[in-house]
Amino acid sequence: MSQSAIRADYRRTLTRRWLLSSPALLIVLLAATGPLLVVLLYSFLKAGPYGGVLPEFSPEAWIGVVMQRGLFDDTLSIADAHLAIFWRSIRLSLETTLLTLIFGFPTAYFIATRPPNTRELWLFLITIPFWTNLLIRTFAILQIIRNDGTINTVLLKLGLIGEPIRMLYTDGAILAGMVYVYLPLMVLPLYASMEKLDFRIVEAGYDLYATPFRVLRLVIIPLVKPGIVAGCILVFIPSLGAYVTPNVLGGGKNLMIGNLIELQFGQGRNWPLGSALSISLMAVVMAALIVYVRNADKTGGHHG
Amino acid sequence: MAKPFSVKRQRGFTAMAIACFAALYLPIFVLVIFAFNSASSLSHFEGVSLRWFHEAAQNKQVVDATLRSFHVASVAAVIATLVATMAALATTRTRPYPGLTFKYALLNAPLMIPEIVTAVALLIVFSQVKGWIGYTGIGYLIAAHTAFCVPFAYLPIRARLENMDLTLETAAADLYATRWNTFRYVTLPLLWPGILAGLMLSFVISLDDVVITEFVKSAGQDTLPTYMLGQLRRSITPEVNAISVVLLLFSVLVVTLFFFASKRRN
Repeated sequence: MSQSAIRADYRRTLTRRWLLSSPALLIVLLAATGPLLVVLLYSFLKAGPYGGVLPEFSPEAWIGVVMQRGLFDDTLSIADAHLAIFWRSIRLSLETTLLTLIFGFPTAYFIATRPPNTRELWLFLITIPFWTNLLIRTFAILQIIRNDGTINTVLLKLGLIGEPIRMLYTDGAILAGMVYVYLPLMVLPLYASMEKLDFRIVEAGYDLYATPFRVLRLVIIPLVKPGIVAGCILVFIPSLGAYVTPNVLGGGKNLMIGNLIELQFGQGRNWPLGSALSISLMAVVMAALIVYVRNADKTGGHHG
Repeated sequence: MAKPFSVKRQRGFTAMAIACFAALYLPIFVLVIFAFNSASSLSHFEGVSLRWFHEAAQNKQVVDATLRSFHVASVAAVIATLVATMAALATTRTRPYPGLTFKYALLNAPLMIPEIVTAVALLIVFSQVKGWIGYTGIGYLIAAHTAFCVPFAYLPIRARLENMDLTLETAAADLYATRWNTFRYVTLPLLWPGILAGLMLSFVISLDDVVITEFVKSAGQDTLPTYMLGQLRRSITPEVNAISVVLLLFSVLVVTLFFFASKRRN
């Protein structure tokens, strides 16, 4: 084949590949990523009186993310309510990540050290909750911690408490729910890197008179670090944008960013502010992802 | 009695793991038990009955929401799997070409964007479109579900393709098979497990979605999860438990099928 024929053939192949992938790209562009540009645009417009926007430029929404206007005069002050919600979201997400790591690490280690024939079964037991509807799992927690829920009923019957402990609609309830819901997301990547763990290296540690704790700290944890990072990111990102769990377990008062965004499109009728908050959330998530990618590159990218 | 030494042993890890498994399953277990409660209480179990399954089956809202959920999930999963298969064929087993990285990024993007952000973005865009063209049907839900299902269909199919080399396809071409026949009789049968996995995953993902559906649906377009979310905000009866059990069974069934299918393949 001549040089030009090869080039023509290559061009045809490229065209075919673009045509083949275009329906999928188009669907994602139209109904997932493209609309984000509209959100960005809306965040710079003026709020309409009954929801929606007026086609006028206004930086008001972005100012509103961190500042609030006085009710009677135009003085600006720090929007305590928003900052409190940001802080709660970040704190709860970090706590969720830490707790799922504390609970998930031994669980993943346990699965990875089972004999091969039962390992699959344990893995299967983690996968089932992972694929179970998030709303159902949140509801299951709701049922346990309600005032007349399982925990209170049992404690009352045992005579350990005189009246029900109020657990629902607190930050603790949201935290418990998120840890419960996102635990499988931590265990699965941890398991994936522990499965590849070479126990001859661990044995070498013991040969050198290390204690089990020193082996864990100096051998096992450094070797499974990519799994730890992947698990933390996989838990942190959905926690930060959580909507269902704080909505159901936090009641109307203990909001997270996701609920604050929803509020602007519902009762708040401030679509530009909701858009600006959405873009802010996206920015934090992107920053977390960049940290993750950087880390994956450094460790050779053998994650998950 | 001291246990025999093992290099794999870490003090307390097994106990912690068992506790985690128990904590994962106990709440679900309680939920399932109360679905069979004969009373309308979620705290006192008074006797086994199928009352709440009957009530759910009689409830027109529940039946409509169930049918709508399955309608949306099956259409979205089939379209997503179809386009994802084509996209996977176009983005694997090739030298890097201009735009390949862009395609990867775009196809996986729905996984990276927080659901609530996609949800409000679609709310904004679709409410605009509804105003322009007047159509308010189920199409918006299907479009939204198809889009977030694409990566879930794409990833297993791409993984499967990457494990297949081009030897068999080249052999077919050497035997003068047309491009279509090569695809039909060589590539497709080998790719089939990946396609099935993609289809099942996207079906379950679509069936479970709450957030995006909640924002995109028009009035009277509740799916089963959004109907349940509405119920959780009001007074809860074991009817919600009964619906949960049915959804739960369905997800478990699909995942089990998937699990054993992939096990046999290996």
